Amino acid sequence: MAEATVDQSDIMRTADGTPLKVSIGRAMRRNKLIAMGLIAPLLIFILFSFLIPIVDMSLRSVDNSIIPRILPNTIVALETWDGQDLPPEEAFAALAADMTAGRESREIGKVATRLNYEVSGMRGAVMGTSRKISKVKEGPYKEALIKSNKAWGEQDTWLLLKRLSGKYTFGFYLNAVDMKYDVQGDIIAQPDFRQIYVDLFIRTLWMSLLITGMTILLGYPIAHLMATLPLRYSNLLMIMVLLPFWTSLLVRTTAWIVVLQSNGVLNDILVWVGLVADDARPQMVYNQIGTIVAMTHILLPFMVLPLYSVMKTIPPTYMRAARSLGANQFTAFVRVYMPQTVAGIGAGSILVFILAIGYYITPELVGGTSGTLISNQIAYHMQSSLNWSLAAALGAILLGTVVALYFIYNHIVGIDNMKLG
Amino acid sequence: MKKTLRYTTVGLAGAAALAFTVSAQATELNVVSWGGAYTASQLKAYHQPYMKANSGVKLNSIDYSGGLAEVRAQSEAGNVTWDLVDVVVSDAIRGCDEGLFMEIDNDAQLAAAPDGTPASKDFLEGTLFDCFIPQIIYSTAFAYRTDAFKGDQPKTMADVFDLKKFPGKRTLQRAPINNLEWALIADGVPTAEVYDVLGTPAGVERAFAKLDTIKDSVIWWTEGAVPAQLLADGEVVFGTGYNGRLFSAIEEEKQPLAIIWDGQVMDIDGWAIPSGGKNKEAVMDFVKFATDTQRLADQAKYISYGPARKSSLPLIGKHADLGIDMAPHMPTNYADQGFLTGFQWWADNRDELNERFEAWLQQ
Amino acid sequence: MALPSYAGPGEIVWYYSYRVVCGLIFVFLIMPILVVIPLSFNAVPFFTFTPEMLSFDPAGYSLRWYKDFWNNPQWIHSLQNSFIIAIFSTILSTSLGTLAALGLSKPYTPYKAVIMGLLISPMIVPLIISATGMFFFYTSIGLAQTHLGIILAHTALGTPFVVITVTATLVGFDQSLIRAAQNLGASPPTVFFKIIMPLILPGVISGGLFAFITSFDEVVVVLFLADFDQRTIPLQMFSGLREQISPTILAVATILVLISIALLTTVELLRRRSERLRGMSPQ
Repeated sequence: MAEATVDQSDIMRTADGTPLKVSIGRAMRRNKLIAMGLIAPLLIFILFSFLIPIVDMSLRSVDNSIIPRILPNTIVALETWDGQDLPPEEAFAALAADMTAGRESREIGKVATRLNYEVSGMRGAVMGTSRKISKVKEGPYKEALIKSNKAWGEQDTWLLLKRLSGKYTFGFYLNAVDMKYDVQGDIIAQPDFRQIYVDLFIRTLWMSLLITGMTILLGYPIAHLMATLPLRYSNLLMIMVLLPFWTSLLVRTTAWIVVLQSNGVLNDILVWVGLVADDARPQMVYNQIGTIVAMTHILLPFMVLPLYSVMKTIPPTYMRAARSLGANQFTAFVRVYMPQTVAGIGAGSILVFILAIGYYITPELVGGTSGTLISNQIAYHMQSSLNWSLAAALGAILLGTVVALYFIYNHIVGIDNMKLG
Repeated sequence: MKKTLRYTTVGLAGAAALAFTVSAQATELNVVSWGGAYTASQLKAYHQPYMKANSGVKLNSIDYSGGLAEVRAQSEAGNVTWDLVDVVVSDAIRGCDEGLFMEIDNDAQLAAAPDGTPASKDFLEGTLFDCFIPQIIYSTAFAYRTDAFKGDQPKTMADVFDLKKFPGKRTLQRAPINNLEWALIADGVPTAEVYDVLGTPAGVERAFAKLDTIKDSVIWWTEGAVPAQLLADGEVVFGTGYNGRLFSAIEEEKQPLAIIWDGQVMDIDGWAIPSGGKNKEAVMDFVKFATDTQRLADQAKYISYGPARKSSLPLIGKHADLGIDMAPHMPTNYADQGFLTGFQWWADNRDELNERFEAWLQQ
Repeated sequence: MALPSYAGPGEIVWYYSYRVVCGLIFVFLIMPILVVIPLSFNAVPFFTFTPEMLSFDPAGYSLRWYKDFWNNPQWIHSLQNSFIIAIFSTILSTSLGTLAALGLSKPYTPYKAVIMGLLISPMIVPLIISATGMFFFYTSIGLAQTHLGIILAHTALGTPFVVITVTATLVGFDQSLIRAAQNLGASPPTVFFKIIMPLILPGVISGGLFAFITSFDEVVVVLFLADFDQRTIPLQMFSGLREQISPTILAVATILVLISIALLTTVELLRRRSERLRGMSPQ
């Protein structure tokens, strides 16, 4: 670095005359550029290949363009309707025209599915009506429509169409938290027997926290053992940690079923040893115990490896110094060793927690009723009910929750607290 | 000499070019199905005979796990790579509604029966839908372990709900479909009226109430592989399963199980052609072959699912490996003891009832 | 860390019970493998220890699942695809992730928390949603149904692991080491390879391993993006799940376990050999 000198005007300058402040600023900017340059390749890659597609999917969660796009005339005709009784004949005529056109283009089914998410039975009503009404060539359409399906004679149906006239809707987010719009457009809670998502969210969160805790409890001792043993032994132990990775998820999950079920290995051993009576075998799978055991096992390596890599960077001299200063083993460990491993615990916890929230195949196979998580519902909506908007809304809420938790974690442990120099 | 050389070269080049174009013209069709024993039976009965007879066509068999997510994604992206998909009726209806599948003109595009009956009359009643070409009838039925009960053995589906006489754990599918119907029938509703009763709120309550009586003894399965495994392990005494799987378990793997045909719910599996596919004519040709009378009867040699055509039924022979008569193991043989699932009713009500069912499970 | 000769009774008890506890945890870790290996020789297609198996009756054992794997060209093809895709996506994600982690650990990086959040988002978004989104994206650039497309998609899914493990290892990193090296005249690449890399190597390897396993085990993205030519092992394993979990997956798992044991022990033996040759006493 250039030397700093103090000149007459009392500003520190470097040897070539530029003020120190400017010189330091320049150096810091250069450092920032280098740092950004290191991050840039990955960031750009993730931005384009991942983030933009995800934003696109997330926009579906507020997307309501199906109705305005496929029933344009009906929406226009309903704009002037005041919501009392039934709409005028123009609205019926517009609906008939839209349905005929929709049947031609084979798009009317999307309206059917969309409306069915709101009111059961609308699918059949729309599909059946579109088939019949395309044969009717001229008005009056009101009677013709009501004759083909009595849903068109009910005010609620038309109020539903009017509510769904806009291009965007908040309805899917409401559904994701067990609420909905009623006929008038007010927000109310779903009927009691349909409330599932909030409970699932809560259960997903606490089970993931529990699994994270279990992996810390089980992973810390063995990571410490491997980090302190000589390399020849620790590598062999590491092989044992890595072996489960090679067996696919499905294999590990079914193996745990074999071990834990009523006639499984563990129960057979317990009965053979005499700890448990033959007809009182504990139920260890197809319930929460099954999910917790299986997930802890699957996610344990994700805790052990980061812990191990952080522990390997801790010089053993610190512990010896602490002991030579008079601390007993316990105090030295807790006050000198553990704080240095916090970064490893943090990294492992992020990994385990986030992965635990996302796995759904394992809970599906071993979890029984109490073991399903929110990702099962998201997968169901993407694959079976094709309600991608609701899936996107659930996914967005999940993402938001995890990101919020990550920022909280960041305050306590995180990347901003990294030691410098 | 030079001329001969020139002619030879041109001739060889021409032959090479011709060979190239001929082999380049081999059409590749992606046929998507469920995998496992089911796809194996399709390969033997449909794919291999077709490829033998049509050397210019190559059929790739791709496995999927059901649902329309991939079909819809391909359609929206404008990148349809699946030429033919094996679907259940409920997915075919949903896909047809959304314009994801091609509409089929049954008489024009499907093979007639050998005696001339047009396809629309030859396929069993209630199996033809707009975008759907039926293949097989399969059913979900109950099975029980023959070594579980001394004395009286279970005979009817209602016995599953009888915890006093037949205690033990049961396994049912984790979905309202079939379970609600069974609950109502076990509660006394005549089979023909089930969907009418289910259409009323009181009917739904009644079904859930009946399911409540056995809820604590039930292990719920989501993958079709699980119930047979549970039954084989002795974890449950009653289980629902797809009849083909149960047949394999009993006849091939010699497990101590028996099927209760009473109350079986029949469903249909068939083909659907994604609209926007690139080889629609070639695929239609394959489908016509694969769903003609003899082919459907051939498939019955490998798996115990009933052909969907009337003319195929008398042609059902023996199992290819085991040598046993397949006809007594077909669901269609016991059609009067069960019922066909209500496709349109479920298409309308599935979304709401699935949520309600999940909520009920958590209570 | 052997038991020192001056250890008191409390310390002796603690020393042995600690090792017993660790031993139990290791048993927990490999229990499924211990179960899977015998089951892969099962004669019936169920995941049960049949009475014939328990009494070591030869009729209960068979090699049919291994034969099924060996004779089925689709399994071999899937194995090839899985390895190719996993290896390339691991190389990519490890390089990109390590660079990004280095950048994030520098003292003057702005917006660290936000960038970190963005970079680990592929792990958080539910996989089925990201698979669908990525399918649309790769179709629009013409990379769907290609090996490259799947490799890139798996790279995106694997980088969060590398970023997280490497940043954790860099927490305790002494930045003055870099300054000292530069002072002694090292160029930036030399600094990276000779100073930084050896110290963060455990983190890089952990992250790389996780990225590899994520790609190797991944089924949802492949369902969307893979054509018949690109099928991978997980696709094969999940096929036919509607009817039966095929025990062939147990045979495949056993084969992979054996390969990995062979690989890892070879690496360990080579390492010991190089230690001996360099004259370093085993520590």
